[in-house]
Amino acid sequence: MTGPERFQSILDEDGKIEPKDWMPDGYRKTLIRQIAQHAHSEVIGMQPEGNWIARAPSLHRKAILMAKVQDEAGHGLYLYSAAETLGVSRDELVDLLHRGKHKYSSIFNYPTLSWADIGAIGWLVDGAAITNQVMLTRCSYGPYSRAMVRICKEESFHQRQGYEILLTLVNGTAEQKAMAQDALDRWWWPALMMFGPHDADSTHSEQSTAWNIKRMSNDALRQQFVDMTVPQAQYLGLEIPDPDLSWNADTSHWDSGPIDWDEFWRVVKGDGPMNRERLEHKRKAWDDGAWVREAAEAYAAKHADQPRRVA
Amino acid sequence: MTVISRDTLFAYVLRHGDDCLILSQRLGDLISRAPELEEDIALANIALDILGIGRLLLQYAGELEAEERSEDDLAFGRTEREFTNLLLVETPNGDFAHTMVRQYLFDAYQDLLWNRLVDSSDETIAGIAGKARKESRYHLRHSRSWVVRLGDGTAESNRRMQQALESVWRFTGEMFIDDEIDRAAAEAGFGVLPSSLSDAWNHEVTTTIETATLSRPDDSSIRTGGRDGRHSESIGPLLAEMQHMYRSFPGASW
Repeated sequence: MTGPERFQSILDEDGKIEPKDWMPDGYRKTLIRQIAQHAHSEVIGMQPEGNWIARAPSLHRKAILMAKVQDEAGHGLYLYSAAETLGVSRDELVDLLHRGKHKYSSIFNYPTLSWADIGAIGWLVDGAAITNQVMLTRCSYGPYSRAMVRICKEESFHQRQGYEILLTLVNGTAEQKAMAQDALDRWWWPALMMFGPHDADSTHSEQSTAWNIKRMSNDALRQQFVDMTVPQAQYLGLEIPDPDLSWNADTSHWDSGPIDWDEFWRVVKGDGPMNRERLEHKRKAWDDGAWVREAAEAYAAKHADQPRRVA
Repeated sequence: MTVISRDTLFAYVLRHGDDCLILSQRLGDLISRAPELEEDIALANIALDILGIGRLLLQYAGELEAEERSEDDLAFGRTEREFTNLLLVETPNGDFAHTMVRQYLFDAYQDLLWNRLVDSSDETIAGIAGKARKESRYHLRHSRSWVVRLGDGTAESNRRMQQALESVWRFTGEMFIDDEIDRAAAEAGFGVLPSSLSDAWNHEVTTTIETATLSRPDDSSIRTGGRDGRHSESIGPLLAEMQHMYRSFPGASW
């Protein structure tokens, strides 16, 4: 069997492509772009949540939030490693992010304005991410699908923690409940946008589906998320900010109103509330750390032929 | 007699809890700002460990006093003058050199402290110290390795590390001063005299500074006051930020 024939037969049998297998250039490029974007999202996502570590309202919540942001750094790390199996280095990918050539999830271009936003991010943003990632555990590229299995476990934990933050708020004072509603009002639509454009307008979807990278359409995933989330909002006693939201008895799904695609594209193209700040924060951390990385390399080079003196 | 010793125990537990709380608050600010992703993870991990120990100490302190304040009441409801942490831990993060020098000098002290407090006559303190020393050993190994690598790295990293050392050094003397609380705690058997940790700390730190090709600053200046609630100005904004929610929404649960 030739390389291309073998590649196709693995896909036909719903098997996994491994790093040393032959693969089309397009498949490799698509995966690098997608895995890197995912890794960048984890790393940029540390910022909006990190914004509340110093102000977490209890020490218990502070510890949970720190652990969560640490998990995200960990996810970033193993996603970059998964991308590296495709023959690209982490430094190259980070450089593409810093130069604005690579994207990350647009959701992180919205600001966290209250403690309830930390709950909303866990519940809605992690919830939407899990919906997408559960699908990706079945994706055809072995290292990516395995990374997803691990990440999904931690993300479901985060999602429960986020929901629990909101549950505490809605059972608290009127001010706290208002804080929770305000967070839902601001995060609901951006969360729905996380699934990307409608199927008809999605540029990469068809090929990705043929390659078993994408196993479900954007709209189908979005619907799954809405169906899962509406009852959760009802349980919280919060109102989803969509006047058109209604139960459709014929389809047994929740129908939602139109998404503001102008806003979606504006944020994707870099003009969201926090796009500039997120990248500047990231670049500054990287630039501020340049002397540290250089020093670590210089030290390693000097002591390369010596037994390790410090652990 | 019992009452005095209980107050002393409270003050003793609280000061070590405050050290942990304030340092973890500083470290928490660094998450997403580290020189590399691995270090973001390490700093978050260390901040979490230290916060965890701080919480155990504050919870215990709360149990010891008549008012029975919770860990959150103690963390968020006290003013600057009521915090009894060492000045060293409240110094601003500065650059990565400052952060790591501060961390190393403090890790070296805390590792010695926990290793002694495991023998505390107070079972709770001994238990907390037992957990803490397993972690502090790794913290020390981590910060020491950075001090060595950055000291013996490039000319610039050496310059930054020396500068950080000169800037932070004046806050190290305070770690080894015995006050009334320490003396009473040591006498009662639940605490250790800070001065008794000094030789081992000096040995550890001097060796590392040499290995790192740095110079040990002189001891002519020693800043004190933290244990008496006389702090530097930098703790005020730290507390204002940390206590914001507790003070803005009195009585709310989160």
